[in-house]
Amino acid sequence: MATVAEMPRETQTFTTVRTPDAAPRPVKVRGENVNVFYGAKQALFGVTIDIPEKAVTAFIGPSGCGKSTFLRCLNRMNDTIVGARVEGKITLDNRDIYDTDLDVVELRARVGMVFQKPNPFPKSIFENVAYGPRIHGLARSKTDLEEIVVSSLQRASLYNEVKDRLHEPGTGLSGGQQQRLCIARAIAVSPDVILMDEPCSALDPIATAKVEELIDELRTNYTIIIVTHSMQQAARVSQRTAFFHLGVLVEEGPTDHIFTNPIEKRTQDYITGRFG
Amino acid sequence: MTETTYSGSDAADRGNDMAARRKRRDAANRRLQYYGIGAISFAIGLLALLFASLIVSGYTAFTQTHVRIDFPISATHVKPDAIDQGNYRLVVRDALADLFPDVTSPADVRSLGQILTNNTQFFVRDAVLADPSVIGRSVTLEIPASDPFDQLNKGVIDRNVPENQRRVTDRQIGWFDQLVAQDRVTAPFNWALFTAPNSRFPELAGLSGAIVGSALTLLVCFVLSFPIGIAAAIYLEEFAPKNRWTDLIEVNINNLAAVPSIVFGLLGLAVFLNLMGLPRSAPLVGGMVLALMTLPTMIIVTRAALKAVPPSIREAGLGMGASKHQVIMHHVLPLAMPGILTGTIIGMAHALGETAPLLLIGMNAFITSEPGGITDAATALPTQVFIWADSPERGFVARTAAGILVLLGFLIIMNGLAVWLRQRLERTW
Ligand SMILES: Nc1ncnc2c1ncn2[C@@H]1O[C@H](COP(=O)(O)OP(=O)(O)OP(=O)(O)O)[C@@H](O)[C@H]1O
Ligand SMILES: [Mg+2]
Repeated sequence: MATVAEMPRETQTFTTVRTPDAAPRPVKVRGENVNVFYGAKQALFGVTIDIPEKAVTAFIGPSGCGKSTFLRCLNRMNDTIVGARVEGKITLDNRDIYDTDLDVVELRARVGMVFQKPNPFPKSIFENVAYGPRIHGLARSKTDLEEIVVSSLQRASLYNEVKDRLHEPGTGLSGGQQQRLCIARAIAVSPDVILMDEPCSALDPIATAKVEELIDELRTNYTIIIVTHSMQQAARVSQRTAFFHLGVLVEEGPTDHIFTNPIEKRTQDYITGRFG
Repeated sequence: MTETTYSGSDAADRGNDMAARRKRRDAANRRLQYYGIGAISFAIGLLALLFASLIVSGYTAFTQTHVRIDFPISATHVKPDAIDQGNYRLVVRDALADLFPDVTSPADVRSLGQILTNNTQFFVRDAVLADPSVIGRSVTLEIPASDPFDQLNKGVIDRNVPENQRRVTDRQIGWFDQLVAQDRVTAPFNWALFTAPNSRFPELAGLSGAIVGSALTLLVCFVLSFPIGIAAAIYLEEFAPKNRWTDLIEVNINNLAAVPSIVFGLLGLAVFLNLMGLPRSAPLVGGMVLALMTLPTMIIVTRAALKAVPPSIREAGLGMGASKHQVIMHHVLPLAMPGILTGTIIGMAHALGETAPLLLIGMNAFITSEPGGITDAATALPTQVFIWADSPERGFVARTAAGILVLLGFLIIMNGLAVWLRQRLERTW
């Protein structure tokens, strides 16, 4: 398979096949004609997408197609990569997040992120969850902070498992628990959007099921964007699905539609396992 | 199908072949292991030899021959209203005359006096100053024997060699033996080695000045190189853009780490002493020179420790909305700290043993008091060893080896601390 770099730009089709929801939801995040470059190499080509509020949107596509790249644009984590450049416009609640006077720290407080490999801080469980509220000044008192920590752990359905050892290291938990701790840590700063980059790829099936269940619960309060390699997972947890291929957003639409009735040939080929 | 199956003898050949190969493989493994064991044994053997030779030549310095003498403090020699101006030389002479009434000729009296250290009168004066009530009575003191008699007592000076080839006369040996017979001669642990400053007389010379000097020098070195090294490393590792300038800086830091230490001494001499006019022989300047020398190592160690912090931790911090500064201060630096501290202690241990640059800035001066501060003239442990190694008296031979042992002791303690710290901090998380 040709990589993005090998493929001349002219031969790419940047048109995206879109299928709207039957009952459209308000738009939370919008990307308009987003191009991303790593040095001279272009990783995303004119991605335009609307991401609905309080729903789970799944990004699927073969490895290297730019799912993580686009996800990392949404909380400007690409800023930290030397040589990465983002063109186009991305808005959160109609506000351009690449605006020069927007505070990245504030943006990242509103757009939380959960990574592929669970990465709790090497501190206690309590400190892990308390860290965000602390640096963003969200807790006025110690009891305030404790309340935030407990409710975040509860919402991440982890509280019952760890309530007796809040002050033990977070790194001592099982992989699945660690990932839920990372989710608790992300929701402790009450973000609007949670980005998850293959959050279950390092977990066993039981832990995966727990996290998926959690994602389903969280969708009532948060806008969730999840990158996944598992078609079943996308089908199980998401309401909308976007299919990327070689840096291009090929097709996006309601999840059941994408999985049962894809319009684009490439989408069809991918979900039926013909490549990827 | 039949072509691919092995006949009976083929299979046997294959089996033999595999057994032979396995034997060769095992032999190669074992050989490699033996080379390693051999190399380590060689290294340990040399180290043991070094320690053995140091201990053999240095152990005598850890005891010091003392002679117990009763000094009658007569009010004629020591006036109660001017204790420090008393004539203690006469006090000592009287005390010896009491012990050896038959020694009367001035030459004999002088050679009898040589049994005790040259500074005996000052020991007596200090005793009287400490307790003036002894005037009119007598005071009993353990006085260090002078170097030749210390050596005689320890058997280093052989009584059987002809009199003209040794530093003590037969008559002196006779007197000394009388003192031994009277149970007045003891050889207790030589605390003075650690509590006394340097002296012209081996029997009085100790390392306290050098230990304090080394401590002050290391303190200055640490105070300068620790923060500067960490700051430079953080900048280079976390903030610096990757361009030709930072590449150049990096190459230069690596080169500086390999520069012979004497070059830093020359730099210190030219810049700190001649240009800036800082005091000669001072721990301040010694510390500054050693800081220059340890800085490159410090920066390299700190950078390595920062680099070893998993990127996922930085991502986690940044993803939470922590600023770069917060990520570094809250997450990266604490995780890198065990590595940084270990590197620091090893760097300090290295600085402690460094001699050449200190010689150039005059920390090998003859100084008979402990430095009171970082600008006082001082010596350091390695330069003290250097001075003693250069001294002709017999007693300094053993003291040189003892000084090296003390220095090695400090180095072992510091390296042990580094190991302990690393294990301890790592175990926490
Ligand atoms: N830091 C980087 N520097 C240079 N190129 C990068 C960098 N990160 C990603 N890329 C390139 O950009 C393209 C898209 O990568 P991205 O990580 O977004 O893919 P992905 O869809 O998330 O793949 P996967 O499913 O394997 O995680 C790839 O060709 C990749 O090699
Ligand atoms: Mg990815």
